[in-house]
Amino acid sequence: MSAAPILAASAVRKTFGGLVAVDNLTFTIEAGETVGLIGPNGSGKTTMLNMISGAARCDTGDIVFKGTPIARLAANRIARLGVGRTFQLVRVLGELTCAENIVAALTFGRTKLWGRAAQARAEELLTRVGLAGKAALHAEQLTYIDQKRLELARALALAPDLLLLDEWLAGLNPSELQEGIALIRSLRHDGLTIVMVEHVMDAIRSLCGRCIVMNAGRKIADRPATAVLSDPTVIHAYLGEADA
Amino acid sequence: MNRKTLLSAVAAIVVVAICAAVPFMVEGYHLALGINILSYVVLATAWALFSGPTRYISLASVAFFGIGAYTVGVLGEVLPWPLVLLVAVAVGAVVALVVGLSTLRLSGMYFVIFSFGLAELVRQLVTWYEVNIHRSVGRYIFVDITQHTIYWQLLALAVLVFATGFLIGRSRLGLALRVIGEDETVARHCGIDTTRAKLALFAISAAFMTVTGAIMAPRWTYIDPNIAFNPIISFQVVIMALLGGVARLYGPLLGVIPLALLFEILSANFPNLYSVLLGAVFIVIVYFVPQGVAGLAQSGWRALRPAENRP
Repeated sequence: MSAAPILAASAVRKTFGGLVAVDNLTFTIEAGETVGLIGPNGSGKTTMLNMISGAARCDTGDIVFKGTPIARLAANRIARLGVGRTFQLVRVLGELTCAENIVAALTFGRTKLWGRAAQARAEELLTRVGLAGKAALHAEQLTYIDQKRLELARALALAPDLLLLDEWLAGLNPSELQEGIALIRSLRHDGLTIVMVEHVMDAIRSLCGRCIVMNAGRKIADRPATAVLSDPTVIHAYLGEADA
Repeated sequence: MNRKTLLSAVAAIVVVAICAAVPFMVEGYHLALGINILSYVVLATAWALFSGPTRYISLASVAFFGIGAYTVGVLGEVLPWPLVLLVAVAVGAVVALVVGLSTLRLSGMYFVIFSFGLAELVRQLVTWYEVNIHRSVGRYIFVDITQHTIYWQLLALAVLVFATGFLIGRSRLGLALRVIGEDETVARHCGIDTTRAKLALFAISAAFMTVTGAIMAPRWTYIDPNIAFNPIISFQVVIMALLGGVARLYGPLLGVIPLALLFEILSANFPNLYSVLLGAVFIVIVYFVPQGVAGLAQSGWRALRPAENRP
């Protein structure tokens, strides 16, 4: 851990009315790490991803990405800095073709590709996520898992340094899950830094080096994944009873 | 350029040539009808340029149209005609940029209400200025422009608005707008500066509407704010574009022609019931043809095609 972290959040706080969604959260992510952001439903994980990607703005605190403060930047500026994301409820552009879904991010992201170059790169990315040959299909024609793949390809089209996955593996059947895990692992091997909100413990165990655990907006643990998953406080937060 | 594009281009040239010949064949009432149709072709197509992809329903068309008419009212006798039109473009675009900057962050219903309010605000401001500063409610327009010239100018403008729409559709801006129309949040996360894209298109669309108002102004020898900023114009533009369908560039055209003719018949035969009938037409269209004629045609075409060709 020699160089400066790729992402540093310090004392981040976000409230919705009287509800404190994220409370005084501080953490760092090193370049090349795959970090799991876990915790029970409503613990503020998605809100935190939203604040990193610019979909929401924190009330107080700072978020620094590659040395640039991003807490108050618009989402499009953050995307261009190299932060890609997927959504908890898959959001593809249904009436656009698969290729166009990706070209949008290629054109307006940092690669600035357009025309034939963008088309070729889009097809590469589709192949990468297992959607080879589907470039001309409308996104709404894809199955749920394929829409998730497309959303991932669109995030990758930004040529991100940091990828935020919001329950990308949720809702997959066992064989799809194995494919999904293999795909994320291959991204990690390419040197991508990944922060994943996830409930699938098998995936966390096999992909994440470290886990940040949240409960009711606060960080309750930040340790290697194997240690976290056997930590009584974490089990208590998830199950309510320290009986495991 | 493939065969289909070539054929479309040839067809477009033929249609424009025929339209350009109309003033040699008809006079008086029919020429006036042609002018009316062409003006709405430009207005509805320009409206759909912005509102189609972004799905922002604007009721501000007449604000820009009226600004164009007033540009002529104020400068028509002072500046050469081409310069008057250029001033109209500039004023329309600047107003659109200023207004857009403050309103394009609004979404859905709020934007509709605001755009309607904007048109009324501009009308009231102009009325106030005319009464208190200019000391007369209306203005006379004395410019030496014949009906024929008005027709040809509108035709040229229609060609320009279609060419602009065609080029935007193939540009990065066009892609950005389609993404925004589908999901604005995703658009931002793709790196699209959504405000800037919407603003650019709003200004382009407004500039066309303003020039239409300027070109149409010499038809009236007298304008006052109630003529130039008549809100019926905004509503007609919306309903024509929706009837035709806003998903395709030629869509609004398919709505303008039947409706312009229908409105003509209605206002000639039932002048007192016109607003009532207009309302009924709006309801019928929104209820029964939500995709527009162009959408219907496309679905019909799909239904007719052999099943194995379908995606």
